[in-house]
Amino acid sequence: MPTDVENWKSEVYGNEIRDHLFEFAEQGFDSIPDDERDAWFERFKWWGLYHQRNGQEGYFMMRIGTPNGVLEPGQLRVVGEIADEYARGPGTNPIFGDAYADFTTRQSIQLHWIELSDVPAIFEKLEENGLSTQQACGDSWRNIVGNPVAGKDAQEVIDAWPVIRELNETFKGNDDHANLPRKWKVSVTGSADGSGQGDINDLAFEPAYKEIDGEDVVGFNVRVGGGLSRNEPRLAREIDVWVAPDQVSDVAGGLSALFRDNGDREDRYNARIKFLVDEWGPERVRETLQDEYVDFELETVGRDVREEYTYNTGAGERNDLVGVHDQTDGTNFVGLNVLVGRMGAADVLDLADLAAEYGSGEVRLSQRQNVIVTDVPDAALDDFLDEPLLDHYSPDPSPFMRGSVACTGTEFCSLSIVETKNRQVRFARWLKANVDLPVGVDEFHIHLSGCTASCAQPQIADVSLRGMKTRKDGDPVEALDVGLGGGLGDEPQFARWVTQRVPVDEVPGAIANLIESFAAERDEGESFRAFVARHDDDELDAFVDPEETDYEDPMMHNTKRTWYPYAENDAMEDAPSPPADD
Amino acid sequence: MWGVTTRLRVLDDGAWISVNDARKVRVSELWRLDAPDLCECALTDLVVENFQSVGVDGPTVEARVYGQCIACGATGITGWIPVGRVSGGEFAQIDRSAVRRVRRER
Repeated sequence: MPTDVENWKSEVYGNEIRDHLFEFAEQGFDSIPDDERDAWFERFKWWGLYHQRNGQEGYFMMRIGTPNGVLEPGQLRVVGEIADEYARGPGTNPIFGDAYADFTTRQSIQLHWIELSDVPAIFEKLEENGLSTQQACGDSWRNIVGNPVAGKDAQEVIDAWPVIRELNETFKGNDDHANLPRKWKVSVTGSADGSGQGDINDLAFEPAYKEIDGEDVVGFNVRVGGGLSRNEPRLAREIDVWVAPDQVSDVAGGLSALFRDNGDREDRYNARIKFLVDEWGPERVRETLQDEYVDFELETVGRDVREEYTYNTGAGERNDLVGVHDQTDGTNFVGLNVLVGRMGAADVLDLADLAAEYGSGEVRLSQRQNVIVTDVPDAALDDFLDEPLLDHYSPDPSPFMRGSVACTGTEFCSLSIVETKNRQVRFARWLKANVDLPVGVDEFHIHLSGCTASCAQPQIADVSLRGMKTRKDGDPVEALDVGLGGGLGDEPQFARWVTQRVPVDEVPGAIANLIESFAAERDEGESFRAFVARHDDDELDAFVDPEETDYEDPMMHNTKRTWYPYAENDAMEDAPSPPADD
Repeated sequence: MWGVTTRLRVLDDGAWISVNDARKVRVSELWRLDAPDLCECALTDLVVENFQSVGVDGPTVEARVYGQCIACGATGITGWIPVGRVSGGEFAQIDRSAVRRVRRER
């Protein structure tokens, strides 16, 4: 039997949702009939709008999809202005204030507290400036990710940016691919550093060479069926296909259609293509693609460059794109650390001005929730680096600041079990003040995800934290499972969950003790990931050793039962009414 | 039989049970269960992580739940567990501290 969501999608879905959305926006939130709200909220996702959680009735998260994280000159200012004007609600975040933008692990932007009545004006402003929320959420082609500095990166094998643009233009608003069984996440990478993180996407194109008519041609190997969610992490699997850049769109469309026609529409937990690849195996995926979905002979797999991957590997050069790096044109890109990806609207506007003053005005977003200012000439570099804003958004931050990634959490999200972003900020500050990494270790990634949906990509971090509950002195408290030793690279590895249900106030102490053991027992020059790999789970569990410290956690209680975790009167019965339509 | 049809749904990718178009039962609570099939603890202390399905048995609304016992660490999907009752069209959730018993047959 098809699910409720499939039934709703079969009635209205895709581009046509927009007219209904605008009609509801004009007539007011209350014009959505009570018994149709869930159906409409599900559909609004396709246009990038997610109704916030219980207690925040009438407010939406809006996701803006920026392909490959590229914000053309002027676009970051538009985002900042929209955040400043519209992303304000009844709750004030004690760390980030009243209006802010979140940069996500899939190179998109999220704004909160958006009112339905403001949506048409926001869409108009976005679209006038070449930005869109279309298919940012929902069961379709999501924002396409990759190495954000594609086309500029001196480490590039092939420029993936034209390919990504073509895919975006072909599959956004394309009725044939608008209604898939579940989300469809695509990564296209042209650089040799692995920064597109293809392994954790539904569909990945990775740089590879193929001998065609006696000549080495640069194109992409194709992998299918990666993803981290639901306690069922999978790495994308090689399907023995190499594709030339001008045929990427055909192969991507073929695989998207294969998923559309063969994915499970009766069980959303089993719907992602990773489960179809489990069931079929890569060979059958290839055969079906060849026989039914493309009209040319597929090439077999090419020679990849995975041995050169460094991004998020836990060792070697360039684990992220923070800092000053060479561009192919002789200028520089400067990666700035945005702790947990959240930036106040005023800072967004300041950064947009700095990007225009020192660079071309272009800004790009990485999959580690950071921003990159591109096209900064050598002559302007020192002055740019001296700007006061960069004291906070540093190109050379503490490893604990640099390595922190966090999802949205119970502040706004229905799925999360625990509060995340503010907690991760507090963790990072405490670790920076209290813990030293061993000499020579300058990368340490800690990812905090509120639940098994894994939006913070916890399984590919040195230390993976995942929302849980436990009892402390008999009372339920927020807790975190601790996983260790995850990372990408030539031989990607998911974290091993070695310690379960650590009360949140004991997590910083646990990480401090873990790092102390690592420092004392590591072999010379050994990376944390290698250190984890040569110990068994019991040994690692002993290293974690949870402990109370002077770290205090103000959100130990069940933040899910609040209307907003940081409100003075946070009880559900104190929740604000839906915003009045104006 | 009960006069009024009760609309039941699992929403938000398993985060909520909706009763008559209102989100009523959330994940991330701790439930005490008598669930010998799930783990060997005398009482399972279950973190509710995800609702798999929702149904009714007479006036009782029941759900199958993915979760983990925080006492022993066992994970799994439960049988049908009562989450509340519908009476006169109104839904009342079972007290959070109650011990819930997995129904044997369905």
